[in-house]
Amino acid sequence: MTAETAPLPPAAGAVQAPASAHGPAHHWGLERASAVAALVLIVWLLVSLWRLPALDFLTVSEWLKHPLAAVPMLLLIVTIFWHLKMGLIVVIEDYVHDAGSRFLWVMLVNFAAILAAALAIFSVLKIAFSVAAAGTP
Amino acid sequence: MHRNPNRPMAPHLTIWKWGPHMLVSILHRITGSGLALVGAGLFVWWLYAAAAGQDAYSQFASWATWKWSLIIWIGLTWAMFQHMLSGLRHFVMDAGAGYALETNRFWAVMTIIFAILLTAVLWSYIIYWRLP
Repeated sequence: MTAETAPLPPAAGAVQAPASAHGPAHHWGLERASAVAALVLIVWLLVSLWRLPALDFLTVSEWLKHPLAAVPMLLLIVTIFWHLKMGLIVVIEDYVHDAGSRFLWVMLVNFAAILAAALAIFSVLKIAFSVAAAGTP
Repeated sequence: MHRNPNRPMAPHLTIWKWGPHMLVSILHRITGSGLALVGAGLFVWWLYAAAAGQDAYSQFASWATWKWSLIIWIGLTWAMFQHMLSGLRHFVMDAGAGYALETNRFWAVMTIIFAILLTAVLWSYIIYWRLP
Protein backbone atom coordinates (compact mmCIF):
# COMPACT_ATOMS: atom_id res chain seq x y z
CA MET A 1 0.00 0.00 0.00
CA THR A 2 1.52 3.34 -1.03
CA ALA A 3 1.26 6.54 0.89
CA GLU A 4 -1.22 7.92 -1.70
CA THR A 5 -3.80 5.15 -1.16
CA ALA A 6 -3.39 4.76 2.60
CA PRO A 7 -6.58 5.72 4.46
CA LEU A 8 -6.43 8.91 6.45
CA PRO A 9 -6.45 8.53 10.22
CA PRO A 10 -9.84 9.48 11.71
CA ALA A 11 -10.04 13.11 12.70
CA ALA A 12 -10.25 13.84 16.41
CA GLY A 13 -13.86 13.70 17.53
CA ALA A 14 -14.99 11.94 14.33
CA VAL A 15 -17.91 9.54 14.70
CA GLN A 16 -16.62 6.00 15.09
CA ALA A 17 -18.45 2.99 13.72
CA PRO A 18 -20.31 1.19 16.52
CA ALA A 19 -18.87 -2.14 17.64
CA SER A 20 -20.50 -5.08 15.93
CA ALA A 21 -22.70 -7.31 18.06
CA HIS A 22 -20.89 -10.25 16.49
CA GLY A 23 -17.43 -8.82 16.84
CA PRO A 24 -14.37 -10.22 18.58
CA ALA A 25 -15.77 -9.89 22.13
CA HIS A 26 -18.89 -11.85 21.20
CA HIS A 27 -16.77 -14.57 19.56
CA TRP A 28 -14.46 -14.63 22.59
CA GLY A 29 -17.40 -15.09 24.96
CA LEU A 30 -18.98 -17.86 22.88
CA GLU A 31 -15.68 -19.71 22.63
CA ARG A 32 -15.26 -19.58 26.44
CA ALA A 33 -18.88 -20.58 27.07
CA SER A 34 -18.56 -23.55 24.70
CA ALA A 35 -15.27 -24.50 26.41
CA VAL A 36 -16.91 -24.61 29.87
CA ALA A 37 -19.82 -26.66 28.54
CA ALA A 38 -17.46 -28.98 26.62
CA LEU A 39 -15.35 -29.54 29.75
CA VAL A 40 -18.38 -30.54 31.85
CA LEU A 41 -19.92 -32.75 29.15
CA ILE A 42 -16.66 -34.51 28.20
CA VAL A 43 -16.10 -35.38 31.87
CA TRP A 44 -19.71 -36.69 31.93
CA LEU A 45 -19.02 -38.86 28.84
CA LEU A 46 -15.77 -40.29 30.23
CA VAL A 47 -17.34 -41.13 33.60
CA SER A 48 -20.40 -42.66 31.88
CA LEU A 49 -18.29 -44.85 29.59
CA TRP A 50 -16.15 -45.83 32.57
CA ARG A 51 -19.25 -46.93 34.52
CA LEU A 52 -20.75 -49.02 31.69
CA PRO A 53 -20.09 -52.74 32.20
CA ALA A 54 -19.06 -53.11 28.53
CA LEU A 55 -18.92 -51.03 25.35
CA ASP A 56 -20.60 -53.54 23.02
CA PHE A 57 -23.56 -52.79 20.74
CA LEU A 58 -26.34 -53.85 23.12
CA THR A 59 -24.94 -52.10 26.18
CA VAL A 60 -24.28 -48.83 24.33
CA SER A 61 -27.62 -48.75 22.49
CA GLU A 62 -29.58 -49.62 25.66
CA TRP A 63 -27.70 -46.91 27.56
CA LEU A 64 -28.47 -44.26 24.89
CA LYS A 65 -32.21 -45.01 25.11
CA HIS A 66 -32.26 -43.50 28.59
CA PRO A 67 -33.20 -39.78 28.62
CA LEU A 68 -30.40 -39.01 31.09
CA ALA A 69 -27.90 -40.44 28.61
CA ALA A 70 -29.45 -39.22 25.33
CA VAL A 71 -29.98 -35.59 26.40
CA PRO A 72 -26.42 -34.93 27.69
CA MET A 73 -25.11 -36.73 24.58
CA LEU A 74 -27.13 -34.37 22.32
CA LEU A 75 -25.86 -31.35 24.28
CA LEU A 76 -22.32 -32.74 24.01
CA ILE A 77 -22.63 -33.05 20.21
CA VAL A 78 -23.90 -29.46 19.81
CA THR A 79 -21.26 -28.09 22.21
CA ILE A 80 -18.30 -30.01 20.80
CA PHE A 81 -19.04 -29.23 17.16
CA TRP A 82 -19.72 -25.57 17.93
CA HIS A 83 -16.44 -25.37 19.88
CA LEU A 84 -14.34 -27.23 17.30
CA LYS A 85 -15.79 -25.16 14.44
CA MET A 86 -14.82 -21.92 16.20
CA GLY A 87 -11.37 -23.27 17.05
CA LEU A 88 -10.61 -24.54 13.54
CA ILE A 89 -11.78 -21.24 12.03
CA VAL A 90 -9.41 -19.29 14.31
CA VAL A 91 -6.56 -21.54 13.15
CA ILE A 92 -7.54 -21.07 9.48
CA GLU A 93 -7.79 -17.29 9.89
CA ASP A 94 -4.30 -17.22 11.39
CA TYR A 95 -2.52 -19.40 8.85
CA VAL A 96 -4.41 -19.05 5.54
CA HIS A 97 -3.50 -15.58 4.31
CA ASP A 98 -5.12 -15.60 0.85
CA ALA A 99 -8.64 -14.18 1.22
CA GLY A 100 -10.14 -16.53 -1.38
CA SER A 101 -8.81 -19.78 0.03
CA ARG A 102 -9.53 -18.57 3.57
CA PHE A 103 -13.18 -18.06 2.61
CA LEU A 104 -13.35 -21.56 1.07
CA TRP A 105 -11.67 -23.25 4.06
CA VAL A 106 -13.96 -21.49 6.54
CA MET A 107 -17.00 -22.53 4.49
CA LEU A 108 -15.71 -26.12 4.27
CA VAL A 109 -15.23 -26.28 8.07
CA ASN A 110 -18.73 -24.88 8.65
CA PHE A 111 -20.35 -27.37 6.28
CA ALA A 112 -18.34 -30.35 7.58
CA ALA A 113 -19.07 -29.50 11.23
CA ILE A 114 -22.80 -29.12 10.55
CA LEU A 115 -22.91 -32.36 8.54
CA ALA A 116 -21.04 -34.35 11.19
CA ALA A 117 -23.11 -32.87 14.04
CA ALA A 118 -26.38 -33.59 12.17
CA LEU A 119 -25.30 -37.20 11.58
CA ALA A 120 -24.41 -37.64 15.25
CA ILE A 121 -27.64 -36.01 16.49
CA PHE A 122 -29.81 -38.12 14.15
CA SER A 123 -27.99 -41.28 15.29
CA VAL A 124 -28.63 -40.54 18.98
CA LEU A 125 -32.30 -39.71 18.30
CA LYS A 126 -32.75 -42.89 16.26
CA ILE A 127 -31.37 -45.00 19.13
CA ALA A 128 -33.27 -43.06 21.78
CA PHE A 129 -36.65 -43.32 20.01
CA SER A 130 -36.31 -46.88 18.77
CA VAL A 131 -38.51 -49.39 20.55
CA ALA A 132 -36.58 -52.23 22.12
CA ALA A 133 -37.98 -55.52 20.92
CA ALA A 134 -38.89 -57.55 23.99
CA GLY A 135 -36.08 -59.94 24.76
CA THR A 136 -34.55 -59.94 21.27
CA PRO A 137 -31.79 -57.63 20.07
CA MET B 1 10.48 -9.36 2.12
CA HIS B 2 10.61 -5.74 1.00
CA ARG B 3 12.67 -4.55 3.91
CA ASN B 4 15.00 -1.63 3.59
CA PRO B 5 18.25 -3.03 5.06
CA ASN B 6 19.36 0.50 6.00
CA ARG B 7 16.54 0.80 8.51
CA PRO B 8 16.68 -0.83 11.95
CA MET B 9 14.56 -3.89 12.67
CA ALA B 10 12.54 -4.24 15.87
CA PRO B 11 14.76 -6.34 18.15
CA HIS B 12 11.87 -8.46 19.54
CA LEU B 13 11.53 -10.22 16.17
CA THR B 14 14.94 -11.82 16.56
CA ILE B 15 15.41 -12.04 20.32
CA TRP B 16 13.25 -14.93 21.46
CA LYS B 17 13.71 -18.54 22.43
CA TRP B 18 11.46 -21.51 22.95
CA GLY B 19 9.94 -21.68 26.41
CA PRO B 20 7.30 -23.93 28.01
CA HIS B 21 4.59 -21.23 27.56
CA MET B 22 5.22 -21.12 23.80
CA LEU B 23 5.20 -24.90 23.65
CA VAL B 24 1.89 -25.08 25.56
CA SER B 25 0.36 -22.41 23.33
CA ILE B 26 1.22 -24.29 20.14
CA LEU B 27 0.28 -27.64 21.74
CA HIS B 28 -3.16 -26.21 22.53
CA ARG B 29 -3.68 -25.55 18.81
CA ILE B 30 -2.18 -28.84 17.62
CA THR B 31 -4.12 -30.98 20.12
CA GLY B 32 -7.30 -28.98 19.44
CA SER B 33 -6.97 -29.49 15.68
CA GLY B 34 -6.18 -33.19 16.17
CA LEU B 35 -9.17 -33.71 18.45
CA ALA B 36 -11.40 -31.82 15.99
CA LEU B 37 -10.30 -33.83 12.95
CA VAL B 38 -9.58 -37.31 14.33
CA GLY B 39 -11.42 -37.40 17.68
CA ALA B 40 -14.68 -35.90 16.43
CA GLY B 41 -14.57 -38.17 13.37
CA LEU B 42 -14.26 -41.32 15.48
CA PHE B 43 -16.96 -40.03 17.85
CA VAL B 44 -19.43 -39.64 14.96
CA TRP B 45 -18.45 -43.03 13.52
CA TRP B 46 -19.15 -44.64 16.93
CA LEU B 47 -22.61 -43.02 17.28
CA TYR B 48 -23.49 -43.70 13.63
CA ALA B 49 -22.45 -47.36 14.01
CA ALA B 50 -24.56 -47.72 17.16
CA ALA B 51 -27.56 -46.32 15.26
CA ALA B 52 -26.95 -48.31 12.07
CA GLY B 53 -27.07 -51.70 13.79
CA GLN B 54 -25.11 -54.70 14.98
CA ASP B 55 -23.05 -55.18 11.79
CA ALA B 56 -21.96 -51.54 11.53
CA TYR B 57 -21.12 -51.53 15.23
CA SER B 58 -19.03 -54.71 14.87
CA GLN B 59 -17.07 -53.01 12.07
CA PHE B 60 -16.34 -50.05 14.32
CA ALA B 61 -15.51 -52.29 17.28
CA SER B 62 -13.13 -54.47 15.28
CA TRP B 63 -11.23 -51.36 14.16
CA ALA B 64 -11.35 -49.81 17.64
CA THR B 65 -9.96 -52.91 19.34
CA TRP B 66 -7.26 -53.56 16.71
CA LYS B 67 -3.90 -53.46 18.52
CA TRP B 68 -2.47 -50.63 16.41
CA SER B 69 -5.57 -48.49 17.04
CA LEU B 70 -4.35 -48.29 20.61
CA ILE B 71 -1.80 -45.71 19.39
CA ILE B 72 -4.69 -43.51 18.14
CA TRP B 73 -6.68 -43.93 21.38
CA ILE B 74 -3.70 -43.17 23.61
CA GLY B 75 -2.76 -40.22 21.39
CA LEU B 76 -6.31 -38.86 21.52
CA THR B 77 -6.44 -39.30 25.30
CA TRP B 78 -3.19 -37.36 25.71
CA ALA B 79 -4.43 -34.66 23.29
CA MET B 80 -7.68 -34.39 25.26
CA PHE B 81 -5.91 -34.02 28.64
CA GLN B 82 -3.37 -31.55 27.22
CA HIS B 83 -6.11 -29.45 25.56
CA MET B 84 -8.25 -29.63 28.70
CA LEU B 85 -5.43 -28.58 31.05
CA SER B 86 -4.05 -25.82 28.82
CA GLY B 87 -7.68 -24.71 28.36
CA LEU B 88 -8.04 -24.48 32.15
CA ARG B 89 -4.81 -22.48 32.23
CA HIS B 90 -6.38 -20.13 29.66
CA PHE B 91 -9.38 -19.63 31.96
CA VAL B 92 -7.05 -18.57 34.78
CA MET B 93 -5.20 -16.20 32.43
CA ASP B 94 -8.52 -14.85 31.09
CA ALA B 95 -9.31 -13.93 34.69
CA GLY B 96 -6.13 -11.84 34.64
CA ALA B 97 -4.06 -14.09 36.89
CA GLY B 98 -0.86 -16.06 36.41
CA TYR B 99 1.08 -13.64 34.21
CA ALA B 100 4.15 -13.29 36.45
CA LEU B 101 7.00 -14.92 34.52
CA GLU B 102 7.78 -17.67 37.04
CA THR B 103 4.10 -18.50 37.71
CA ASN B 104 3.31 -18.55 33.99
CA ARG B 105 6.24 -20.85 33.29
CA PHE B 106 5.42 -23.14 36.24
CA TRP B 107 1.81 -23.79 35.21
CA ALA B 108 2.79 -24.22 31.56
CA VAL B 109 5.18 -27.01 32.62
CA MET B 110 2.51 -28.46 34.93
CA THR B 111 -0.05 -28.83 32.08
CA ILE B 112 2.52 -30.85 30.09
CA ILE B 113 3.48 -33.07 33.06
CA PHE B 114 -0.10 -33.69 34.21
CA ALA B 115 -1.38 -34.43 30.70
CA ILE B 116 1.26 -37.17 30.32
CA LEU B 117 0.67 -38.42 33.88
CA LEU B 118 -3.14 -38.63 33.52
CA THR B 119 -2.79 -40.41 30.16
CA ALA B 120 -0.34 -42.91 31.66
CA VAL B 121 -2.53 -43.58 34.72
CA LEU B 122 -5.74 -43.99 32.69
CA TRP B 123 -4.22 -46.32 30.10
CA SER B 124 -2.28 -48.39 32.65
CA TYR B 125 -5.60 -49.01 34.36
CA ILE B 126 -7.41 -49.86 31.10
CA ILE B 127 -4.63 -52.13 29.82
CA TYR B 128 -4.10 -54.05 33.08
CA TRP B 129 -7.64 -54.28 34.45
CA ARG B 130 -10.11 -53.75 31.63
CA LEU B 131 -8.66 -55.28 28.47
CA PRO B 132 -9.08 -59.06 28.08
